[in-house]
Amino acid sequence: MKKWIDRIARRIFTLSGFVTSVVILLIIGFLFSEAAGLFRQPIVEEGYVLALNKENDVDRLSAEQIKQLFDEDITNWKELGGKDMPVKVFRLEDLDHLYTEEELGAEYEHAGEKIAEQVRQTPGIIAFVPKVLVEGERDIHLVPDHTIPIKDVLLGTEWYPTATPSPIFGILPLLSGTLWVSFFAILIALPFGLAISIYLAEVAPPAVSKVLKPVIELLNGIPSVVYGFFGLAVIVPLLQQTFNLPVGESGLAGSLVLALMALPTIITVSEDAMRNCPRTMREASLALGATHWQTIYKVVVPYSVSGITSGVVLGIGRAVGETMAVLMVTGNAAVIPTSILEPLRTIPATIAAELGEAPAGGAHYQSLFLLGVILFFITLIINSCVEIVSARNKTKR
Amino acid sequence: MNKIEAKNVDFYYGTFHALKGINITIPNNEVVAFIGPSGCGKSTFLRLFNRMNDLIPGARLTGQVLIDGQDIYEKGVDVDVLRRGVGMVFQRPNPFPKSIFENVAYGLRVNGIKDKDFIRQRVEEALTSAALWNEVKDKLKESAYALSGGQQQRLCIARAMAVQPSVLLMDEPASALDPISTAKIEELICELSSQTTIVIVTHSMQQAARVSNKTAFFYLGEMVEYGETKKIFTNPEKEATQNYITGRFG
Repeated sequence: MKKWIDRIARRIFTLSGFVTSVVILLIIGFLFSEAAGLFRQPIVEEGYVLALNKENDVDRLSAEQIKQLFDEDITNWKELGGKDMPVKVFRLEDLDHLYTEEELGAEYEHAGEKIAEQVRQTPGIIAFVPKVLVEGERDIHLVPDHTIPIKDVLLGTEWYPTATPSPIFGILPLLSGTLWVSFFAILIALPFGLAISIYLAEVAPPAVSKVLKPVIELLNGIPSVVYGFFGLAVIVPLLQQTFNLPVGESGLAGSLVLALMALPTIITVSEDAMRNCPRTMREASLALGATHWQTIYKVVVPYSVSGITSGVVLGIGRAVGETMAVLMVTGNAAVIPTSILEPLRTIPATIAAELGEAPAGGAHYQSLFLLGVILFFITLIINSCVEIVSARNKTKR
Repeated sequence: MNKIEAKNVDFYYGTFHALKGINITIPNNEVVAFIGPSGCGKSTFLRLFNRMNDLIPGARLTGQVLIDGQDIYEKGVDVDVLRRGVGMVFQRPNPFPKSIFENVAYGLRVNGIKDKDFIRQRVEEALTSAALWNEVKDKLKESAYALSGGQQQRLCIARAMAVQPSVLLMDEPASALDPISTAKIEELICELSSQTTIVIVTHSMQQAARVSNKTAFFYLGEMVEYGETKKIFTNPEKEATQNYITGRFG
């Protein structure tokens, strides 16, 4: 009987462990396969083509060039290495201004001809039109489409996921926004967290730490949206006033909120680590004539350094992955930040804000998955760093 | 010349009366052993000499503890300065998470000594006096945790000796060690006694008999008997002492 229970229990544990691992792997696999789909997407929106005059010999346009053409930032084909002629942008809507409904036909059956006519007439034209309309037309030059290059995504400095005709998915603004905010958050949280945990573990009278520690742990349980709300109501106006900013929503506001959120983790984990420093270690230091403070920074902190590191990394982990609070206070401008007082946008905030408006399976949708993959790698790197640090500390001991 | 003198010492942990009216004089450069069953107060008494019990909340002392004629519990006594002169070795080896060299140099550094050559020289002397120099001289930069337990304990002795204390307190220094390491520590105690006064708490009566000049027997917070080691072990005055050293209890 006992043996049976033993066997069943073992089966259950094995099974649940196995199932969980498989589910996690499946999730990661799904993430990666969706993200990889982005690089199979054409540059120009699916189903559409860019048509040029036959005279025009420009043959390859990047997403950024297309955007500049349609924003009329590029006004002459010379700038793209073509002939010297002015750019004329043509969209499907323009057809309605040039032709009557009768000419186009009730079902748009003549639209293709008319477009081709326009393209043939205007040497500098670039027409963004549905593929089906112009497929059969002769004497026009369709720009051959290609898939989104990896380089343009990973090193791209612009994020315009909804631009037509060709969206731009440069992740650098988001990546730098994330790292920038997290970096400053840790810069703020680390000294405070360390100071408070030293106070709690070493200096505070037991009565004080008995009250203070649960209070700090309580802070961990506050939902992030509440922190965001607090940031929006207090920190943002405060920053706007102190630094005389046009808008208070900035990277610094995000960093402050994140620091506030990371503090409880850093404090509780590193305080525990310091309390675990053996009493005899402390006594050995004091017995040599070291002062309390010397004992703390020469013995207690070095002894608990791996615990402190893991506290800090858990804090960073929270900062990097935090979505809601950051979304609320950073202003969400997808530009590469040059100072911490500018609005910026982080990866998780982007995913949360844009996933609702991205059609499933489209390039935008897949690009958000790619952001997820990148976030995954960031946390993976951070976690590996901890492993390495603590492993090194263990061999030292 | 008396190094340490305790007069009517009573000590309490909160309401627990741990030491009861103890009087003792410890002469300069001698080895004195405290023996007695667990919980008899011998470690507590030892830790009064460098005010280690100050760290325990609710601890209270009446009476006087004098080192070199100075009451160490008087107001205005600098505890850090006191502890510089009274080294301590603990029950378990407790090296710092630092290199071998830095462990020994620690006491010098925290006392504000910056002269590198002086520190190096002092570290070598301390390690030599702890009979460890030859074993570690090629790996001073390595972590102290790479050493064996016995080596770690000798490192802790070297660490205490580096600041040249006039008193060395040892709280069961060999209880966590194997017989060979224990023998080395005992040898060391005999050698160090020429430089410093040593007070050692030990569970092992053989050890007390081997290393000490004088022995004090503690029982239930009182010092039952104190005298020449030879006399305590061969011809004790009190019956309790007799019973303890013959192994009838404890």
